[in-house]
This record gives sequence, structure tokens and C-alpha cells, in this order.
Amino acid sequence: MTQTVNSPHFKENARKALDDVFLQQALARSEKGFIERRKAAVEKLPEYDALRDSARDLKDHILAHLDLYLEVYEKNVIASGGHVHWATTAEEANEIILGICQRLNAKTVAKGKSMISEETGLNAYLKKHGIRPIETDLGEYIIQLRGETPSHLIAPALHVTKEQIEADFRRAHTGLPPERNLDEPTSLLAEARAMLREKFLAADVGITGANFLIAETGSSVIVTNEGNGDLTQTLAKAHIVISSIEKVVPTREDAATFLRLLARTASGLDLSVYTTFSTGARRAGDPDGPLEYHVVLLDNGRSNMLGGKFQDMLRCIRCGACMNHCPVFHAVGGHAYGWVYPGPMGAVLTPSLVGVEKGGQLPNASTFCGRCEEVCPVRIPLPKLMRNWREREFELHLQPAAARYGLGLWAAFARRPAIYRATTSLAMKFLRLFGGKGRFRALPLAGGWTRHRDFPAPQGETFQSLWRKRSQKR
Amino acid sequence: MSDKAPAATRKPIRVGLFATCLVDLIRPRIGFASAKLLEDAGCAVEVPLQTCCGQPAFNSGDRKTARELAAQAIEAFEQYDYTVLPSGSCAGQVIVHYPELFEGNAAWEPRAKALAAKTFELTVFLNDVLKVTPSARFDGAVTYHDSCSGLRELGIKAQPRKLLANVEGLNLVEMKDPDVCCGFGGTFCVKYPDVSNKIVEKKTANIAASGAGTLLAGDLGCLMNMAGKLSREGKEIRVRHIAEVLAGMTGEPAIGEPER
Repeated sequence: MTQTVNSPHFKENARKALDDVFLQQALARSEKGFIERRKAAVEKLPEYDALRDSARDLKDHILAHLDLYLEVYEKNVIASGGHVHWATTAEEANEIILGICQRLNAKTVAKGKSMISEETGLNAYLKKHGIRPIETDLGEYIIQLRGETPSHLIAPALHVTKEQIEADFRRAHTGLPPERNLDEPTSLLAEARAMLREKFLAADVGITGANFLIAETGSSVIVTNEGNGDLTQTLAKAHIVISSIEKVVPTREDAATFLRLLARTASGLDLSVYTTFSTGARRAGDPDGPLEYHVVLLDNGRSNMLGGKFQDMLRCIRCGACMNHCPVFHAVGGHAYGWVYPGPMGAVLTPSLVGVEKGGQLPNASTFCGRCEEVCPVRIPLPKLMRNWREREFELHLQPAAARYGLGLWAAFARRPAIYRATTSLAMKFLRLFGGKGRFRALPLAGGWTRHRDFPAPQGETFQSLWRKRSQKR
Repeated sequence: MSDKAPAATRKPIRVGLFATCLVDLIRPRIGFASAKLLEDAGCAVEVPLQTCCGQPAFNSGDRKTARELAAQAIEAFEQYDYTVLPSGSCAGQVIVHYPELFEGNAAWEPRAKALAAKTFELTVFLNDVLKVTPSARFDGAVTYHDSCSGLRELGIKAQPRKLLANVEGLNLVEMKDPDVCCGFGGTFCVKYPDVSNKIVEKKTANIAASGAGTLLAGDLGCLMNMAGKLSREGKEIRVRHIAEVLAGMTGEPAIGEPER
């Protein structure tokens, strides 16, 4: 029931994305904003880099003692009146959540934004069992109307233009007067808000994700900019948190370290508009709050990453900065990556969670420009981890035969310098015979290059042979 | 170098020039421009038998070949006082990744680290190590692209600009986003040609918008990518390696222009 993995078709997906006029328009509109806002926020915080170091070290410490912190966390959730459910697989997580919903006779479920629920395909699963999930984050609400999945970690509807959203609202919100102005983002927001308000009140269960889980208090933390998460979790009979295991942090102080980095890096805000700490269910004397509080802790392959070559990826706090700064992401958008997580973080995490056989295209689809690592708030060496995947692919002979043989042939020459010098000297002279115009518009075996660009012709002789001649003359 | 002792009384610095495979095969004049700059600064330049630094193998996941080529390069270059490369990307391979390739290898790790410590990209070597300012003349506006590996692995940003500032008649106009990838990415550009094309299209638009008549950078791979796109688009912007300008070799054909 998990989301279908379409990552092996990255190339075809990318081709389609490049031809999609609306998508290209949406991508072009969003590119600069994220980058400039982050830059301004980071420049205002002199200790930003030191903070990144502490965040990295803290995550490494947590990952080294993950079992310990999870146990403490569970104990404190229970002590504060909540329930903890452990799920090894996505299916198990879905079953647990369905079980709670069915016990409470839930008909509709309000949902805050959660990438983990995308990982488990929760919405489709609930729907199949007669329960209606309603996304309450504006971006998520839009893509739910469109029957799509998020294309970005924090801006799920990044791929949609506001003109498309207006058309979707007019289609879905029957009874909307045609003269009603929906030209501006604010008027769209007002329309969605009005629609959602009823849904919040009608929902039997509220499901949210978690940005952090705090071991010392048993609290879950979410950050939102619309406040939808708070309504989702306080108005319903039960609040279910779905979270992956690596979200746990030891103390509130530690959560603050990450919170100081998260919003700045993600959207350029000092803090998100709402940062909500939830500890247990409604207590006697509380004016409101859910009657039940559940946490579903999902592994889904993460414990296999511990202690291995990809453990650093578990430091990720899902800010989205890596994709915001990625030239490939900006060219093709998030859906081309073919699964839940796009961009550089997705290129590392996807093969870790769905297998390199299915996810192997993604770590290859990178220029290794390194901008992702440069902006990562927890200093994940993303290019290095992508290279690790390429190595795994190479070991497993998963790369295309042509690329493999090409590389092998080149390596056979490159390992024999004297033969290499003689052969290349001849080859370049030969190639030069056809390159009188200084460039090639087409070259055999180089269609990948010459489809879009000319290939500058070689000068004729190689540097090494010319240098030898010069040295002999002296 | 006028403030230092005359070259004759001192033993010249021996520099091994690692031309890089692209310069060796496609554009030897970058190798000669580099040699000239180093010799003008009083270095004794040598070009040992060489092939490739191994980066294509390394980035394709073939660690074994990468290691073999690294060992070959270490053997060829460790004899010199310094190794200099006219490429931030290949210099990054030697400086950052050779030690990584031999991590924990008692025989090779120290040799890799020793070579890494005395290896420099050309503009860094001229500006930071030799502290020279080559004098050259170039009349016109140029724009400079920061190639990714040099910029992010080695922090090359100020050095080429400082050197260019000393070129008489040269006017450096910054393009928008000079530090954003050109879409080359080594084998990326042929494995994902359509995505690469989208990225280089943005780059050539920024280059053209700068109004400069000449594009410079420090890496031939990126230069060939951008030159190939500019010529396909019919944009009349000449493309050169920075060494050619610093060495005063701009009388020769630019990248993608016919040989005379």
C-alpha cells in the first residue's frame, strides 16, 4: 500500500517535466525566493555555522544512542497519558492507525502535513477502508484536490501555478459564485480556510507528523505556518502522531537547537509561525484537547541505515534547502524523482528505503555541484553519499552496459600512460581532420552531448606530444 | 617577484604540471598558458607522463580504477615541490579525494596526503602560494563562471578575480548567479542530456545578459559545455580558460573557433 516507486523512470519523468509548461512556470517563479530568504536569514545569525556544527554533533550522538532515547521517549509518552505503537513497516503503521480510527468510529480524519504518511500511503489506505482523510495544510489540500502527491518537502504544491489552483477550486468547491475573485494568493487562502474550517469541526481523528520527538518529556513537536496543525490535533477525539524513529531528540533544549536552524534554512523565518508542543491527551481541567494521544513510531528501513555508509542521512531535519539549491531539482521539479522524497536528500534516502535497484537513478542524476551540502543545516555530505550509492551500483553491476564498457575501455588506456599518450595523440589528430569549423554539430557516440550543444573540436595534437617536441627543441 | 632574490641565485621551484586529460586532448594551449605563467614566476615546469586524475571513475562508482589512477598520479607527481593543475575539479580530486581513496591504507595514505598538501589549482598557486600578479593585457569585458568543485571543494572565488583585476584593459562584469552549476557535471551531461541542457540554458542566458564579450572559467569541462551551448544558440561570445588571458595568449582561437 506504500506509494508506488516511479524512480527507475527518472529520465522519462524528467523529459515530461521539461516539456510541462505549467510546471516550468511554477519552478521558475519559486526558485529565487527560497534561496534569497535563506541567505538573508543566515546572514543575520552570526553563530549560524557554529549552530550547524552543534546540530550535526547532536544528531550523531542521538543516532549512536537511538535505542536509549526511544525507550526514554516511550516511557515519558506513557507517563503523560499517551500511547506508543511501534511499526516496522509502512503496512504495520497503516494498520495501527486504521485500528484506532475504526475503534472510534471515525468517518473523517483531519491531517496535518506529514511526509511519513506519504511514505506509508496512508491516505489511500484509509480511503480504501471507508475513512475520508482531509489534508489541512493549504499546499497539501490543493494537491489532494488534484489527486497528486507533494513535490517538495515544505512546499508540497510548488509545482502548481496559482492559475491552476483557481481552476481547481472552481471545479471542487461547487457553489462558489463565478464572480468571486480568486486572482490573488490571499483570496485563494481565504477560500481554502473557509472550506477547511468545517472539516476541522467534523473530523473525528486528527493525524499529524512530527518534526521532533522530545525524550525527556514525551512530547511531539510540529512546526506550521498556517496553524492548521493545531486545529487538527486539538479539535478531534484523538490525536495520532505518525513519526519516523530518527526524529527523537533528548531534551527541549536540543529541540530548540534544531528549531533555530529549521525555519531559517527552510523559509528564511527566524521561527515558523506556529511551533506546537503536544504532550499526552487532555487532562482534567484542560479546556480542550484530544481525549486520546497516540504516537506511531515507524522504522521502515531506517534501522538498517544505522552504523552503515548512509547513517549521516538520518541527520536530515527535512528543511528542503538541498532541493531549493539544486540545479537538477529546479530543472525538473519534485515528481520526476518518482517517490516521496525529491532533490538531493531524496536521491540518498530513496535508495536507502526502497532499494538501490529501484532508486539507483536518483544518485546518478546529480552534477555533484555540491550546493546541497553547502546549505545543509546538519552538514550531510550529500554528494559523498550519492557517490556511495554509485559505488554500490557499480559493485552490483546495475549501471547500463554501455556506460560500464565505455568506462572500462577508457580506464584500460588511462592505466597505461605510454600507450595512452601514443593512442590519444593519433586519435586527436584524426578527430581534428573533421573539425575544421572548430566545433562539431554531431559526433558518433556523442549524441548525448551534441543533441543540445556543439562539441568544441580538439586543437589537433595533444599537450603531451607538443610539450615533448618543445622540450626536444630546447 | 622583484622583491625576491634573482632566480639564478636560488634553486627554482620544481612544479609538476598536471595538465588534466581534457586539456591534454582538447586544448593544449591551456597547458602552455599554465606553463608560461609558472615559468614567468620563476618555476621550473615539468610535465611527467600522465593520463587522467581518475575523477570520472571515482564519480561513476568505480573505486578500484579511481585508486589505480590515483596511485599512478601520485607516483608521477610526488617528486616535485608542487603539483599544479589548471582545473579546480581535478585539483579537488587530488587534494580532497586522493586521501579519502586511500583512507586506512598504511602504504598509500601518507603518500596521498603528502601529494595533496603540495597540490594546487593554478590560480590559487599563483595568487596564494607564489603571490605573483602576472601582467597581461586584454581589451574588453569578461564574465567569470565559478566552477563548482573549485568553488565548493577548494574555496576558489577571490583568486581568479584578483588575478584578472591586474590585467590591463580588462573589465570584469559579474553575471547573475556566477556560482550556480553550468550543468556539465562530468558524465552527467551525457547521461542526462535533457536535464543538463535545461541547466546550461539558464547559464548561457545569464552569460549573455552580462553583456560581456568573453566568458572565462578555470575548468575546461565546464567551458566546453558552455561554449558548445553558446555556439549552438548562435550567441557570439568567446570562451577561454582564465590561464589564456593571464598568459596573454588571447591572440589564438577561442574554444570552439576554427584553428588558423
